Amino acid sequence: MVFLGGQVLPGNVGRAILGPFADQRAVDALNHSLGVDRPLLVQYGSWIWNFLHGDMGTSYVFRAPVAPFVVDALGNSMKLALVAFVLVVPIGILGGVIAALNVNRPLDRIISLGGLSVTVLPEFVTGIILILIFGVWLRWLPIAAAWPKGAGILTQIYYLILPSLPLFLVLFGYIARMARSGMIEALDSDYTRTAVLKGLRWRTVIWRHVLRNALLPTITVIATQTGYLIGGLVVIETLFRYQGIGSLIFTAARGKDFPMLEAGILTIGIVYAVATLIADFLYSVLNPRIRLGAEQ
Amino acid sequence: MSATDSPVSLPPPDTAERSPWGEVLHSLSRSGTFLTGLGIVVFWIVCALFGQHFVPYDPLASDIINALTPPAADHWFGTDQLGRDVFSRVIIGSRDILTVAPLATILATIAGTALGLVIGYFRGIVDDIVSRVLEAFMAIPVVIIALLAIVALGTSKITVIVVIGLSFAPIIARTVRSAVLAERELDYVAAAKLRHEGALHTMFVEILPNVIPPILVETTVRLGYAIFAVATLSFMGFGIQPPSPDWGLSISSNYGMIGGGFWWTVLFDALAIASLVIGVNLVADGVHGAFND
Amino acid sequence: MTDPRQATNALELKELSVAYRVGRRNRAVLRNVNLTIKAGEAYGLVGESGCGKSTVALSVVRYLPRNGSITGGSIALDGKDVMKLDAEALRRARADSVSMVYQDPGKALNPSLRIGRQLTEIFELTGVTGQAAEDKALAMLNRVRISDPASVMQRYPHQLSGGMQQRVAIAMALANDPSMLILDEPTTGLDATVEAEVLDLIGQLRRELSASILFISHNLAVVSNMCDRVGVLYAGMLVEEGSTRDVFNDPRHPYTVALLRCLPRGGQRKDQGRLDTIPGFLPGIGATIVGCAFADRCALATERCRAEPPPLYELGEGRLSRCHYHDRAQSLPRATPAEIAAVTPKQAPPVLQVEGLNKTYASHGRPLRAVKDVSVSLRPGETLGLVGESGSGKTTFARLLLGLVPPDDGGSIELEGKKLAPRLASRSEDQVKAVQIVFQNPDSALNRSHSIRHILSRALKRLGGLTGKTLDNRLEELVRSVRLTDRHLAVKPRQLSGGLKQRVAIARAFAGDPRIVVCDEPTSALDVSVQAAILNLLADLQSKQDVSYIFISHDLGVVRYLSDKIAVLYLGRIMEFGSSEAVFSGPHHPYTEALLSAVPKLDRTESARIRLDGDIPSAANPPTGCVFHTRCPRKIGTICETQEPELTEAQPGHTIRCHIPYDELARLQKPKAMEPA
Repeated sequence: MVFLGGQVLPGNVGRAILGPFADQRAVDALNHSLGVDRPLLVQYGSWIWNFLHGDMGTSYVFRAPVAPFVVDALGNSMKLALVAFVLVVPIGILGGVIAALNVNRPLDRIISLGGLSVTVLPEFVTGIILILIFGVWLRWLPIAAAWPKGAGILTQIYYLILPSLPLFLVLFGYIARMARSGMIEALDSDYTRTAVLKGLRWRTVIWRHVLRNALLPTITVIATQTGYLIGGLVVIETLFRYQGIGSLIFTAARGKDFPMLEAGILTIGIVYAVATLIADFLYSVLNPRIRLGAEQ
Repeated sequence: MSATDSPVSLPPPDTAERSPWGEVLHSLSRSGTFLTGLGIVVFWIVCALFGQHFVPYDPLASDIINALTPPAADHWFGTDQLGRDVFSRVIIGSRDILTVAPLATILATIAGTALGLVIGYFRGIVDDIVSRVLEAFMAIPVVIIALLAIVALGTSKITVIVVIGLSFAPIIARTVRSAVLAERELDYVAAAKLRHEGALHTMFVEILPNVIPPILVETTVRLGYAIFAVATLSFMGFGIQPPSPDWGLSISSNYGMIGGGFWWTVLFDALAIASLVIGVNLVADGVHGAFND
Repeated sequence: MTDPRQATNALELKELSVAYRVGRRNRAVLRNVNLTIKAGEAYGLVGESGCGKSTVALSVVRYLPRNGSITGGSIALDGKDVMKLDAEALRRARADSVSMVYQDPGKALNPSLRIGRQLTEIFELTGVTGQAAEDKALAMLNRVRISDPASVMQRYPHQLSGGMQQRVAIAMALANDPSMLILDEPTTGLDATVEAEVLDLIGQLRRELSASILFISHNLAVVSNMCDRVGVLYAGMLVEEGSTRDVFNDPRHPYTVALLRCLPRGGQRKDQGRLDTIPGFLPGIGATIVGCAFADRCALATERCRAEPPPLYELGEGRLSRCHYHDRAQSLPRATPAEIAAVTPKQAPPVLQVEGLNKTYASHGRPLRAVKDVSVSLRPGETLGLVGESGSGKTTFARLLLGLVPPDDGGSIELEGKKLAPRLASRSEDQVKAVQIVFQNPDSALNRSHSIRHILSRALKRLGGLTGKTLDNRLEELVRSVRLTDRHLAVKPRQLSGGLKQRVAIARAFAGDPRIVVCDEPTSALDVSVQAAILNLLADLQSKQDVSYIFISHDLGVVRYLSDKIAVLYLGRIMEFGSSEAVFSGPHHPYTEALLSAVPKLDRTESARIRLDGDIPSAANPPTGCVFHTRCPRKIGTICETQEPELTEAQPGHTIRCHIPYDELARLQKPKAMEPA
């Protein structure tokens, strides 16, 4: 699908690279050497075949294999996403749980409305504001995610805090909201009533009976947010001038570097699929109704 | 005629109660969240419609001599690198985004509702296939879909509207589909079949009125995300094009100088986007609350 | 507690008032309820929906919903004031002395914890852990007669049937040996035979344990079988109290009198007269009540009743009644005259003839025979009652008739001698309007976005083929025929009460002069007092229009009242078919016998107790031979396991699917003449 998308895009590849004033014969020659004048299906078959063997094609712009670029960029993006994820999952869930335990009290209103507000802000907006506050005025954090060569892991994380914050904010509201509604549903359920009326301690009720049932849906949501996260990366990596998969796609799209674009997007698709699989797996492990459904 | 034939002794209908829509309006009029959000949104709509009558400067007029002056009495929000008045630009900057985002949302709502009704009502193979395609579609971030489409089709407001509209349509379709799936199991749908009603009548006259609440809620939420998306695309250079004083566009052309301390060239635009998006989402939250109480 | 007299009361409510906050206003749900349950006593609390029964239970355990609050009075458990307990003391009280079981056990158990874990955690509270707790949990499951408790310990709730889940819930409630056990509609929603088993279990446990019981139910007969004393709640007030026998045999409040008259009892049938009804409707939650709450619906009410709220009069022998005229409560005149126009049975040709109807669904790749080889016939003006538990195929059969689902190839449905197409879409307009349905739940059956006028006009247009003035005239007629008025036309369904909505649904079914109307549990979502009016309406419409009904209900008393013929279904097969009289008076199929025996009877005449063991098998995997052999109390041998019996004619018009010969069944069942409800 991604491949077709790249092909349907109008624009003669050779023309795009050589510019509007190039000689038509030169364009044809380049198209032939790139293989883009072959029938679509043949191109597709060979592309998939090569992709599976680690050959993602050759960049039109850099005239070099795509693979190393994609692998590097993916690694960088993973670091950034990981920092955001490690921060947001526990804090988001905690926020939602605290809000649910204080439902309709001031603390809940603050967390809910605060979460709702930061969730809907575009990353570049929160990014700009955070850069102004922490980078320009307070000068606590570096404004570009470009650490010196050979920097240690802690330094890298230090450089990644500011870029990961906008992602954190968007995801925080989302996760907190899901966790809150899951918690409220579980707290209002009959099985929670059963647990309370057994005379169990409140702590036991929450830990043993409420949390597990409450957070099941949240797990699925976190995985579906991987797709969003990648969209956010495009913006964040551009804003902070960070060499990740997002900025790779962005640059490739601007330069009509289709092999690069296709490889980048396919990589994202694979990452997304893997994340969804992991979520499905976790969900079924935690939910006996699915795990043991067939026995019934 | 026996005594039981007279219609006495039945309780009268409860007409004192508000109609469902009256109930919703009543609860909206008392929701602080909703009213605050509405206030913000109305403010920006007024700016977009009538801003040119009260802004102090032409938002497009450059004045190179006075470029990059900090906020002061004659330029409340300072000037940008071409000497244009930032305050005037922020006020007028609401215009394009408030045209493009709502139109995209309307497109998404119409397309999504129609699609959702059809696949939810007919289910079966059509639903399986379309739902799979929609899922795959939703897995790709909107920014990337837009990026590809705009590379292919070129940048114009129409492209942005179509791209955002069509990438949000599956989300609305999914919401409508799940509401329709619940509705079609209700007995009034079976009763319609037992009157030999056609599929169109059942979908649009019987089912549609009952799924309006979730559609309305989803539409207001989508409007917030449409503004999000338009601003982001403009910032990336794929949305609204110069010389528009659009907020995202202004930030994109000025943020390179942030390290130089020219904060006023981006901060006010950023705050404007933030306030509009938050305003719309407060409205959405209010609507959601009013329908789910 | 030093005062020994006080210590004898397990529960004592004094002037308890509870309100729910709805839309910034406190609405009273309970009004000054006084109630005492002595140690070891079983007390029943009855009343219709919205009367505050469950609120009493939730107040006692201090678990009211977020918007509920106790606005006055006191609650004492074992002499301790529950409302003065701090969080820890309240927790200890719940752990030590009070337990609760409620409706819908599927939701009451934690879906992601094993049964064993949910039991052992109770013992852990008392310091018993590890193997010792496991052993106690096993003992508890044994106590509630669960077979193979060791394997049940390892299962999750969704792997158990509803009856098993409720047994587990009861085991959990009794694990701490409480002094007070609250049962809130514990068997509502369970199948009749399962309900009977669970009730038996509760009765047995009562004898073994010391707990006092507060038993809450809308079902008067269930309460009458389980309890020593009973209280009747109306509009949040206790209106009558006394020993169960006294209250049900000699009621002293007009509401109790009327409620008892609404029930079809002692085999009453539609041609023997109408059921009595209660006019008007229940006061809404939080309604302002001046005078007697029941005055508006009471034919005995005088000016005094409307002005002066009656106190709870003490009538001696522990009897109480909140009625100024308690001494003549039983002279309450009927709200609905009993006489009914005599119907002369006609020997018309059958309106419906079903031959060899089958429906097979695919369930996880295996065939599921939802309806197997069903043949019935029905004459104009007759009612066919369909009886059977969940999974018996009653509703599927109805949907096959209506054409909503197509049957398997082979069988045939004939309407007035003409073959009906299997699919609704291929039936003619005349055939479509001739077979209509009244659904169980009017909230689902009526489109909530449309006005009553729209709903009925559309039906008249599509089914009656009417337009313009003729439509308006017919609409008026139709509305009057179900005893509604013009005022009801302008409103949306949500503005009508449940009973009125069901009248609209009935009017819609009659819009095109149907020949057959399927009534799928039409009164099971309604209160008893409303049910009677709907049954009367159905009987009246039938006698006037000569329409035939297919009547589905789990309530055998109701089925018997309305039906001329009965088909008893089990796992999609007809086990017995015959005239209502023949099926009910017997001799009958052992399954029918068990169903009749499972019905709780108001007068407590415990007749032969036939209890079925185990759960209803899955229709996807039915037992070999006679499908009923796994639960049959009269199984005669291997023939039952290997060979499916034929449906054979025992007497003209009465067929039974059983290997036991008819005479033998007659001999086995002879000594116990059975009367349902």
